[in-house]
Amino acid sequence: MNLSESKDFVVSTSSLKDVRVFCREIFEKINLPQEQKDELVLAIAEAAQNIVKHGYKGVEETADRMEIKISLKDKDLEIGFFDKGKAVVPENVKHRKLDDIKPGGLGTFFIKQIMDNAVFKKDQSGWVNHLILTKKI
Amino acid sequence: MSYKVTDEGNISTVFLNGEIDMDVTEKAKEVILPIVESGKEVHLNLKDVSYMDSSGISVLIESHQKALEKNTKVVIKEVSKSVLKVIMMAKLEQILNLE
Repeated sequence: MNLSESKDFVVSTSSLKDVRVFCREIFEKINLPQEQKDELVLAIAEAAQNIVKHGYKGVEETADRMEIKISLKDKDLEIGFFDKGKAVVPENVKHRKLDDIKPGGLGTFFIKQIMDNAVFKKDQSGWVNHLILTKKI
Repeated sequence: MSYKVTDEGNISTVFLNGEIDMDVTEKAKEVILPIVESGKEVHLNLKDVSYMDSSGISVLIESHQKALEKNTKVVIKEVSKSVLKVIMMAKLEQILNLE
């Protein structure tokens, strides 16, 4: 099955639920175990949360929007995230050590656990950051 | 997210309902942490929590650690399958008090 759908959202914590609804509606069209769909929704929501939390750190409110594009070609799932927040330095994107138990620092870990690959692409058009998550499903 | 709190002796049970994400973590902390601060044992009933992300997990960790400081405990009760999976992904099933 092939598909490609995108949607933009206001960069806000209040958009995270809408992000999940968008993902769930798309994954309804794909024949996957519910458990795997739930994991993918979590990974996407964590990446969106990272934009709000880190890309717009210190920004109380913004009219900026972020775009999420979900594409499936045969078994290759690709999720693109576009935002105009602070430029991400990929080398600085790290999760905390799991045995260092403290609040925070798990979102990136979850993304890495769930997805096959996560890369920041430089050739965005008009966007500051373009994250691509991929997974063979 | 909605919640309900019941008290019985020195135990307060917090029933959380809905999806716990970054948008509602402050509200969840405002409910849970003052009870922990008071030194009461807190039972967090998560049977009606259908989704929890890393922000929600942070609330569980913060509550647990605050309880240790106060010589009490937070017990997580009736955790739903989907939330348990996230707790296990964070390798916290041996750290948090799950019942």
